[in-house]
Amino acid sequence: MLKRNKRRYVALELECDNTPGLEVFSDSLWTAISKLYGEYGASKTGLAVIEYNPDKKIAIVRVHANAIWMIRAAIASMTRLTDNPVATHVTRISGTLKSLRTKLQNR
Amino acid sequence: MKREFCDLHLRPKLEDPNQTERIILKASEMGYRLVAITFPINATEEQIENVRRACEGTDIECATRVDLTPRTPEQLKNTLRRVRRKFEIVSVLSETKNVARQAAKDRRVDLLNFPSLDYHRRFFDIAEAELASTGLAALEIDIASLLVHQGPTRIRLLSMFRRETATARVFHVPTVVSSGTTDEILLREPLAHVAMASLFDLSVEEAVNAVTRNPLHIYNRNKTKLDSKFIAPGIRIIGKSKDC
Repeated sequence: MLKRNKRRYVALELECDNTPGLEVFSDSLWTAISKLYGEYGASKTGLAVIEYNPDKKIAIVRVHANAIWMIRAAIASMTRLTDNPVATHVTRISGTLKSLRTKLQNR
Repeated sequence: MKREFCDLHLRPKLEDPNQTERIILKASEMGYRLVAITFPINATEEQIENVRRACEGTDIECATRVDLTPRTPEQLKNTLRRVRRKFEIVSVLSETKNVARQAAKDRRVDLLNFPSLDYHRRFFDIAEAELASTGLAALEIDIASLLVHQGPTRIRLLSMFRRETATARVFHVPTVVSSGTTDEILLREPLAHVAMASLFDLSVEEAVNAVTRNPLHIYNRNKTKLDSKFIAPGIRIIGKSKDC
């Protein structure tokens, strides 16, 4: 029987002056992953942006559990968003969206 | 047991105390428990004290570090004689092969760092690793260089890091992963360093050791040696009687 891919929900915090829109953020994330691992590697991550709040400078992305270190490395390698310097930090990782949100609220 | 994450290579602009304070505070928020701040060789006691004061409000321990860039092995030995008891961490940034070899075998050197992007000027080869394995030096890798460079330069860097860490593994030379950053925007959390280390084929366990156990071991070893009660390895003053 086909084994189901486990997922992880990752909360991110952006550190930048001008927060870009969802499309720019998502593109930058994909670009960072493809630069490090190529399109083949990027296809294995199962990345999807679930939530993005430019005002609070936070985002939640979903990835395959076995690609978590790849995603962490790619996120760490992001240094620019539309010519503005940026640092993106992983704040929390969880197996379900519900528990991630609870953890974020309890911070 | 809770892991104690370390970053042994922070290079804030010491002339800007606010930036130094910000970078220390940020490191503390990210979960580091030990950071080493790089000072110039001729750093004054006041400069060191200012940085220690900046650490006081945080739950972070601050070590002093110096980066040496000697031109000859003799110059390295002379400088080591002057600075070894002044700083807790001594790193040598080798630009020539002779200096790299001397640094590897000198037991006063803690970290071997190769800043060059040129393949031929990074001297951590089998001979270097063999010398380092008889001494106390560890191989240091700065993550900031992977963040500031992109494209072919980063590819080359990754390839060199991979080769160097593989050589270090064979000769049991400890690897230390540090940030090496001058700017707080390039500071990353400890597990991001672990993730970046996987890019040059360190296993998760090795990478975690490179940001926890290995740097902590170097710091504790030197802290003990710099203590006024230290006489020699295994011998320390535990008290003095009146007729001494």
